[in-house]
Amino acid sequence: MVENRPFLTFLSHLVLILGLLVVFLPVYIALIASTRGPTEFLSGIVPLLPGDHTIANYRAMLQSGLSTSGAPPLFPMMMNSLIMALAIAIGKIVISIISAYAIVYFRFPFRALAFWAIFVTLMLPVEVRIIPTFEVVANLSMLNSYAGLTIPLIASATATFLFRQFFLTVPEELIEAARVDGAGPIKFFWDILLPLSRTNIAALFVILFIYGWNQYLWPLLITTDTRYYTVVMGIKRMAAYADAEPLWNLVMAAVMLAAIPPVIVIIFMQRLFIKGLVETEK
Amino acid sequence: MATVELKDVKKTYAGGVEAVKGVSIDIPDGQMCVLVGPSGCGKSTLLRMVAGLETITAGDVLIDNNVVNRLGPAERDIAMVFQNYALYPHMKVYDNMAYGLRNRGMPRPEIDQRVREAAATLGLAELLERKPRELSGGQRQRVAMGRAIVRSPKAFLFDEPLSNLDAKLRGQMRIEIKAIQRRFGVTSIYVTHDQVEAMTLADILVVMNAGLAEQIGTPLSIYERPATTFVAGFIGSPSMNLMKAVAQGAKGLQLADGGSVVKPRDTELPQGGREVLLGVRPEHFTLVKDGKNADLELSVTAVETLGADTLAHGRPSGSNGSGGEIIARLPGASRIDEGDVLPLAIDPGLAHLFDAASGQRI
Ligand SMILES: Nc1ncnc2c1ncn2[C@@H]1O[C@H](COP(=O)(O)OP(=O)(O)OP(=O)(O)O)[C@@H](O)[C@H]1O
Ligand SMILES: [Mg+2]
Repeated sequence: MVENRPFLTFLSHLVLILGLLVVFLPVYIALIASTRGPTEFLSGIVPLLPGDHTIANYRAMLQSGLSTSGAPPLFPMMMNSLIMALAIAIGKIVISIISAYAIVYFRFPFRALAFWAIFVTLMLPVEVRIIPTFEVVANLSMLNSYAGLTIPLIASATATFLFRQFFLTVPEELIEAARVDGAGPIKFFWDILLPLSRTNIAALFVILFIYGWNQYLWPLLITTDTRYYTVVMGIKRMAAYADAEPLWNLVMAAVMLAAIPPVIVIIFMQRLFIKGLVETEK
Repeated sequence: MATVELKDVKKTYAGGVEAVKGVSIDIPDGQMCVLVGPSGCGKSTLLRMVAGLETITAGDVLIDNNVVNRLGPAERDIAMVFQNYALYPHMKVYDNMAYGLRNRGMPRPEIDQRVREAAATLGLAELLERKPRELSGGQRQRVAMGRAIVRSPKAFLFDEPLSNLDAKLRGQMRIEIKAIQRRFGVTSIYVTHDQVEAMTLADILVVMNAGLAEQIGTPLSIYERPATTFVAGFIGSPSMNLMKAVAQGAKGLQLADGGSVVKPRDTELPQGGREVLLGVRPEHFTLVKDGKNADLELSVTAVETLGADTLAHGRPSGSNGSGGEIIARLPGASRIDEGDVLPLAIDPGLAHLFDAASGQRI
């Protein structure tokens, strides 16, 4: 235990507060900026108090978007991001939990090879294999489609690996008890393994949802049709508006809106996940 | 309700370990067979072959006279209680007990009735809505028992079910298990390395050593007539004293460590010159007043006072120390000190003789 000394308490609080400031100041500035009028940034002085354009800015972003930048309104882009993030998170979890189940519980030829093949792909994230992946997606004419946005990102070694590690900690006796109780492989997976993995699934879902939501390079490459734009790449387009000062107030409104879904996911899942952490016991 | 029969069952693991080298046991309906033996002797392996959790390398397992070698655990209609309970952590007590029944497609009302009956028997009625982590060790053990009972299986299999409980609870649960097994009359196999459990629970006791059944019999018959020195040393606490000796014909037995000649009464002596092991249980020594009636004089080197009993450790007087220590269990009231020389008589007919080379009973 840390001793209860006033100076130490003061110091630790100071560090925490400074850390908080470092993290929150940019967010705060973005929030303030999203409430200001279009011309208020040209002076170069960053305002620190809310302005009175809040409703106008947000309404503009949600309804018409920044048409000058060639981006569609924010709402459809957010829907695209949501679809992409959900498809990636759910797809990755489903595939990886099933593959981990196969690798841990079934003896089949080349099992070790299968595991290592999956494991090796850890070293090859999308960014590394982006050109060949693009080639494949293009040849399968999946450009400008949800399938093209999500499928190449779904295959996941990380999650498979995590589930494998978790399955290995499930006591052998439990598996045998289930066998004696007449649970076949599917029942065992469904009735026992899946409920036991609940907290792992929740944690992975949070991480993967944010991973999917924050995808930038891949959607930028394979979408040319504005109907499939995602919000993160859309914001980049708004900010990089050629030949003119970006409309920071609107961009920042978009940023604030784009941050809401991941925050909701974290808040919602965190409860489940902390509950799981406290309750966990095998 | 079934008979369980093992016919020369063998197990060789993939790595080449011969865990069970041929064991035959016949368990009549409703009896409890206890497998006891030191760690690694193959008890769990044997039990798991009966359960169907481990393949059988050779031999047959028969339940109700049907060979079940190729059936899976669920099809054998057995129930198993595991050492670490193996309760499903995410299911309530009720669901833990009901799970096996649901998997067999039993109708709900019948499941409900069976679970509630079992819970009442085991004193779990109040706990049905709890999760396993909200239970004490003893309660978890009861749930594990309940899960076995509700199935009304042909046989119960227990693998060291009490080894995670503290001594007091273990004693209590031991009695409960026995009572339940008796009440339901289910044929059972029980693995333990605790000899008190083994002695108290068994109708049939199997002492195993290195993959073989050294002796099979009732607990008392094994205690009274151990077939080998291994069984003699394993069953009984403190273990039987085994003294190397050479037979001197009618004169008795010359202790090999230089001690006196011993002539146990009511014991058939082997022919002269034969090397034997003389076995005497600590509780079968009696302290005699008169040195003339003594079979053995014990120079006491240590004394353990247990209250009811006193354990005197020592060597036969005249011993050169090459033999092992001898322990005598004497009444607690006999005040004994280190350095005493105790005249001890071996109770008539309670000396055991084993062949020194083979360890077999003579
Ligand atoms: N899966 C396995 N693969 C290879 N060898 C095994 C396996 N399981 C057990 N063994 C070996 O088989 C022998 C018997 O093991 P077993 O578990 O039956 O012993 P046990 O009598 O139950 O011991 P304990 O009292 O310690 O539980 C041991 O030598 C053990 O190392
Ligand atoms: Mg064992």
